[in-house]
Amino acid sequence: MIFGRFFRDFNKYFASCVLLFLVVLSFYSLINLNGGLSLYKVGGWQPVNKIPIGIYMMMDGFNSLIVCIINLVGFLAVFYSISYIKRYTAENYFYALFCLLIGGMNGVVLSGDLFNIFVFLEISVISSYALVAFGVEKNELEASFKYQVLGGLASFLILFGIGFIYWKTKTLNIADIRAAFSNGYDKKYYLFVQLLILSGFGLKAAIIPFHAWLPDAHSSAPSPISAMLSGVFIKAVGIYVIIRLFFNMFVISEEMAILITTLGTLSMVIGVFLAIGQWDIKRLLAYHSISQMGYVVMSVGIGMILVSRGLKPEVASLAITGGIYHLINHAAFKGLLFLNAGAIEYTLGTRNLKEMGGLAKVMPVTSATSFIASMSISGIPPFNGFFSKLIIIIAAVMARFYLLAALAVIVSIITLASFLKFQRYAFYNKPANPERPEVKEVPFPMVFSMIVLSILCLLLSLLVIPSVREAVLAPAVDILTDPLKYSTFILGQ
Amino acid sequence: MCFGLFLVGLYGVITRRNLVKIAVSLSIMEISTFLFFALVGYIDKGVAPIVNPADPDKIYVDPLPQALVLTAIVIGLATTSLLMAVIIRLYRKYKTFDIREIKELRG
Repeated sequence: MIFGRFFRDFNKYFASCVLLFLVVLSFYSLINLNGGLSLYKVGGWQPVNKIPIGIYMMMDGFNSLIVCIINLVGFLAVFYSISYIKRYTAENYFYALFCLLIGGMNGVVLSGDLFNIFVFLEISVISSYALVAFGVEKNELEASFKYQVLGGLASFLILFGIGFIYWKTKTLNIADIRAAFSNGYDKKYYLFVQLLILSGFGLKAAIIPFHAWLPDAHSSAPSPISAMLSGVFIKAVGIYVIIRLFFNMFVISEEMAILITTLGTLSMVIGVFLAIGQWDIKRLLAYHSISQMGYVVMSVGIGMILVSRGLKPEVASLAITGGIYHLINHAAFKGLLFLNAGAIEYTLGTRNLKEMGGLAKVMPVTSATSFIASMSISGIPPFNGFFSKLIIIIAAVMARFYLLAALAVIVSIITLASFLKFQRYAFYNKPANPERPEVKEVPFPMVFSMIVLSILCLLLSLLVIPSVREAVLAPAVDILTDPLKYSTFILGQ
Repeated sequence: MCFGLFLVGLYGVITRRNLVKIAVSLSIMEISTFLFFALVGYIDKGVAPIVNPADPDKIYVDPLPQALVLTAIVIGLATTSLLMAVIIRLYRKYKTFDIREIKELRG
């Protein structure tokens, strides 16, 4: 920011370069890790009597994937905003807050310490509050206020949960807590702590009973920020932490697993029904985020039920694979859809579907990329969304949850219907008002980001090929289904 | 005690109509959490954890929760000030603190 006063445009290119560097770094570590684990002790504090005392940063097969999607989507969003953010004042602050958001999310995902997760969570959440209110108009401020009140409530619930865990186990390291819990625990106390943690992170992840803030916040934020919030943020600080804590920290109990599956199913079904009635594109996309996150949570929940019952381990790992695969895919196509919505808003200045129409001729790139994204979110075969939904449905059938499988298919069909509506009103109908000014395609940085993400949508479907899946997704599933691997590795260091 | 404070805060957030009062209720909840942490670290008859090698059987309170509370207080300061800034901007736009009149976003 100091350099930004002397050189014009310094900050935006600097932010892009930093994020490009992070992308390269995260992919390098994904390849280099090769299914193993790596550990970094902050400040070099060595364990005393095998009890970890410092803060640990962890990297394994699961969170290196998440780090990759955070940085990739982050880089594309910041490159996109080089031209998008010109209509706001105070560009410098935008890039500073954006980097803070990315840093916080990376910290949450890499941290192996419960309180450290909380601190990084607050860093990223505070910058996202400010970014949602970035336009300082009525809507943005109101959405940000709602988001802050609910987010503050979630933070206190999480902090209470951490306090209760510390009270009983006298440690904050995730692996060490696992070891303390497996020595025996009070069942009611344990359930209470799990509920606190689940509702806190569930509020951050906007699972259905806690979803009230999400549509407002995601539709009011500037579009690259919506792409970040919806594509990555709710996964990194919500779903990722839930999955990590419930698999690697708590001993999974059956009732919690059933509760998580139910919540996932509810948000999958209700989210899509709320989405289909929307006329504001970004609100429509935000409700679809809730619904798609429902798929992920449901699928992981099925895996949890099977793990807790201790039967059919291969079906459990298939369900978890489906969940993680869908999580990655969702980052690609939902990020792309929000960037498309931003491009439309950039040229037309409206988010209402009824005021659009006929954009396919004048904005060919936006139209084509959004067609790809819509098809992959609703699960049409050559695109990535189809394969991950297929894996989820197959896993549900193999685990004999026929009702859930049927619901997943029905929700997918309704999603298709609502995206056909989006395509038809935005791109193919006649223009709503014939005398609107001449519109043309958006500038190069925006086009570049959209094209890269749409290629990603196609490439990610390669992950379904078994050998590729073994290399990329299997380490992630392995670390989750084998509960002892994580804690013995950390405590053994 | 801290559970009671938490409930007072939650009641305030749910029932109050004034933006500033909601912010105050959130702060009350925050403080209840901090009190809880201080309680977790307290050991009966403990003193401040400054280790004195001459006196090995002294009982010390647990210092870690105190460090955690310090961090949490700093974070709480940041969130509260941001919330207040948003409230001021909202007041400039709407000329009111009443939450019933600020409802552009629905559905």
